Amino acid sequence: MDKMRIVLTVNGQDHELLAAPNRTLAQTLREDLELTGTKQGCEVGDCGSCTVLMDGEPVNSCLVLAVQASGKAITTIEGVAEGNQLHPVQDAMVEHGAVQCGFCTPGMVLSAVSLLDKVPDPGDGEIRQALSGNLCRCTGYQKIVEAVQDAASKMERS
Amino acid sequence: MGGDYTVVGSRARRLDGPEKVTGKAVYLDDMQFKGMLHGAILQSPHAHARIKSIDTSAAEALPGVKAVLTAGNVPDTKYGVSPARYDENILAIDRVRYVGDEVAAVAAVDLETAHQALELIKVEYEPLPFVLDIDQATAEGAPQLHQEYLGNLTAEVHQEFGEVARGFAESDLIRTDTFVNKRQDGGFIEPPRSVAVHDLSGNLTLYSSTQVPHYVQRTIAMLTGLSVGKVRVVKPYVGGGFGPKASASPCDILSSLLSMKTGRPVKIAMSREQVFLHCRARHQFKHVMKTGYTKDGIIKALEHTCYLEGGAYSSFGIATVYYAGSLLAAPYRLPHMKYDGYRVYTNKPACGAQRGHGGVAARACFEQQMDLVAEELGMDPIELRLKNIMETGDVSCNDLSMSSLGMKECLEAVQGGSDWNAKKGKLPPGKGIGMAAGFFVSGAGYPIYRSETFHCTVTIKVQEDGGTVLVKTAAAEIGQGSDTTMAMIAAEAIGIPLEAVRLVSGDTDYGIDLGAYSSRTTLMTGHATREAGEQVKEMILTALAGELGVERERLDIKDGVVEIKGEAVDFGPLRTKYLKEHRGWGGMPSGDKLTFTEAARMAYLKLGTIVGTGKYKPPVLGGKFKGAAVGTSPAYGCSAQVAEVTVDLETGQVTVDNITDAHDCGQAINLTSVEAQMEGSVSMGLGEAMFEEVKFDDQGRVLNPSLGEYHIPTVLDMPRMRCIVVESGEPNGPFGAKEVGEGAIMPTIPAILNAVHDATGVTITELPITPERVLMALKQKKRDE
Repeated sequence: MDKMRIVLTVNGQDHELLAAPNRTLAQTLREDLELTGTKQGCEVGDCGSCTVLMDGEPVNSCLVLAVQASGKAITTIEGVAEGNQLHPVQDAMVEHGAVQCGFCTPGMVLSAVSLLDKVPDPGDGEIRQALSGNLCRCTGYQKIVEAVQDAASKMERS
Repeated sequence: MGGDYTVVGSRARRLDGPEKVTGKAVYLDDMQFKGMLHGAILQSPHAHARIKSIDTSAAEALPGVKAVLTAGNVPDTKYGVSPARYDENILAIDRVRYVGDEVAAVAAVDLETAHQALELIKVEYEPLPFVLDIDQATAEGAPQLHQEYLGNLTAEVHQEFGEVARGFAESDLIRTDTFVNKRQDGGFIEPPRSVAVHDLSGNLTLYSSTQVPHYVQRTIAMLTGLSVGKVRVVKPYVGGGFGPKASASPCDILSSLLSMKTGRPVKIAMSREQVFLHCRARHQFKHVMKTGYTKDGIIKALEHTCYLEGGAYSSFGIATVYYAGSLLAAPYRLPHMKYDGYRVYTNKPACGAQRGHGGVAARACFEQQMDLVAEELGMDPIELRLKNIMETGDVSCNDLSMSSLGMKECLEAVQGGSDWNAKKGKLPPGKGIGMAAGFFVSGAGYPIYRSETFHCTVTIKVQEDGGTVLVKTAAAEIGQGSDTTMAMIAAEAIGIPLEAVRLVSGDTDYGIDLGAYSSRTTLMTGHATREAGEQVKEMILTALAGELGVERERLDIKDGVVEIKGEAVDFGPLRTKYLKEHRGWGGMPSGDKLTFTEAARMAYLKLGTIVGTGKYKPPVLGGKFKGAAVGTSPAYGCSAQVAEVTVDLETGQVTVDNITDAHDCGQAINLTSVEAQMEGSVSMGLGEAMFEEVKFDDQGRVLNPSLGEYHIPTVLDMPRMRCIVVESGEPNGPFGAKEVGEGAIMPTIPAILNAVHDATGVTITELPITPERVLMALKQKKRDE
């Protein structure tokens, strides 16, 4: 298959790449751009570990072809913290013990960040709805939900 | 309880937290090696077949293929988990025993080529008759899986403690109940993956997403013929394990052999489908329990039979079948217990250990029956349990010793925490409340292979600058938080703040550690860490006492500061020496207290590098009977939960609204992590109770080998959980600590079942609690009335 020229804007930086039409965004991010914070747990869109934001919306990057993402703004977990300054969601996840094995965490953080960008003061139901595509086997989710609530209230105050 | 601790018992932020929330934490799939090849495994499409021939010539001829392995060119050494049941081959010899059995492996320049090569391997099979369930496997004339273990029995257990006949004679109420769970999948989010690197010096380094670097090291050494010292197993961050990653995987073994053959790093990763085919997760158990109670509600005797559907190989099964019996001997006083257990081979993926190893379905059966007894006796379920619980100091009929047991505290905590007395028996139809208790080992009393080995060794090196200590453990952080726990124990033992501790772990080069299974790490590795820390502290304080000319007993270290009892001591010269070494530096010690940093620096200048070592193995535990080792532990955790449910009486749909959970962990090291283990346990138990089931077709193929079709709990499935931590102070644990990782799952399933019974009056004896099952039971109840 002929490779296609694409432009991905990842965490604010443009990348010109050649991508095979069957190459997924997850593969491109992890292998070509070495952004390995995006995890792959199933590669068929079930687990949500590979969640990234595409134009602000959470997507399973294993289900998005790299060529489909051309011209879009992609945010990966590497683009969430500002330097060494954790995003309030990340900080709250650490503070609340919402991280165990950590494999679902990058995707979980991005789903939460996307929610809080749109809904600054979400209720429990809204948070759960927003995280429902991200599977976690370790935590039972409670500390994750609490962390997102806490991050929301801290972001409101600041 | 709780001692006067500075670090222990706090809510520390996990050491790995920042790396994990920023995506910087490195897991196996994130590692890169120059010249790395990609391996792939050819698996059997048949549940049972004879291999008539394998032709690999076309695969070998494919450009980019570097090696092809079949049974013909790998050792025929049998391996497995327990040396008493080594029944697996590296690659199938003449016969495949389940859909997924490994037949051949290739290494190629990329994954696409490796997969193409697999398609070019021609295997001629002669299908054989197969058995897919316990009844088929144990039927007269059934096809046999292993000639060494006839009757398709991996293991059978026959135990009697006390005099069961007498116990029943003394009983007023005897009930017999049955219970069946379903095969559960581990559901960890990171599939097992490995990279093996065999170097020109003949050393093999295996990077593996494993729970047990030590056992993997031994298995790889045994199968490759390399000496154990030349095999190094390194565990990067691991995306969960829960049991199925507690033995060497085909990825580990085949990547090692392929790297040795090709001289290049070889990576093998399981797909999600292969996770289901490899399995090694929770068995299906069929329990029959006949239990006798007096009219006052005192348990007199248990006669228990259990069949485990185990799949094609033993894995942990021989231990599982023992655990399924032995763990019922507590936390209730049970004077007479008889157990007959059978672990049965079937032509399906092998089951192994999963959170709550062997005990989860047994506990569900027993606790559900207990509620039915309470109902018959007109007694409150909590009251019935309080009448029977063991206390600290009790010993079970099978010699399990309760060195601490806060069972009463757990029951009372959930009773109060759930407002039980106001709800039980007072809820409207369709609303129910139920409770159950649980019990689990705090670390297996013996290693998997027979040995007098230490279960863990830990080294703490005080960095020569004096300000920081480096803890080295071979323990396996797989998400449970053991790295942070060990760092906290080290800090407490030495008397320094957590920030002064660096920690490395998960590498067989750092020592011995049996790994993350049987809820052993906090107690066992914690002991070794504490010992190493106390040794370091002793060395520093002894040197300091000499330097200052005071008695050692007058000195202590707390929160990074040296405490000197009695009259003031002039440490001026020592400080001056330290300041001179750091002329021009900021942040130097000042004030009227000598710091740990100064003391440790002084000790280094006197003695050289300060290194402390710790080790732990449990004392000789348990009785003399066959199988007495399984279930022994230096300590036991216990738990109680209350579940509140809503049942839609029209559709049978059950919703779990609330869980109140209490667990006795002896002493929380990191309170947040204790709660985290409790909440995670509830979610795995809830999944198994409500919907998890690995399904097969009539050819032995997994029907739902994906996380889309196999449903693990999402955030929308989870109720609010209220966690209450009980601390009984375990004398055999470091700073009083014992397990929380697995005991916490025990009450979840029966608490939900008992709540469903409370809401509907029906008893569900087969998992999962699907709407169909509930509806059928409701209809049956209507017909019976």
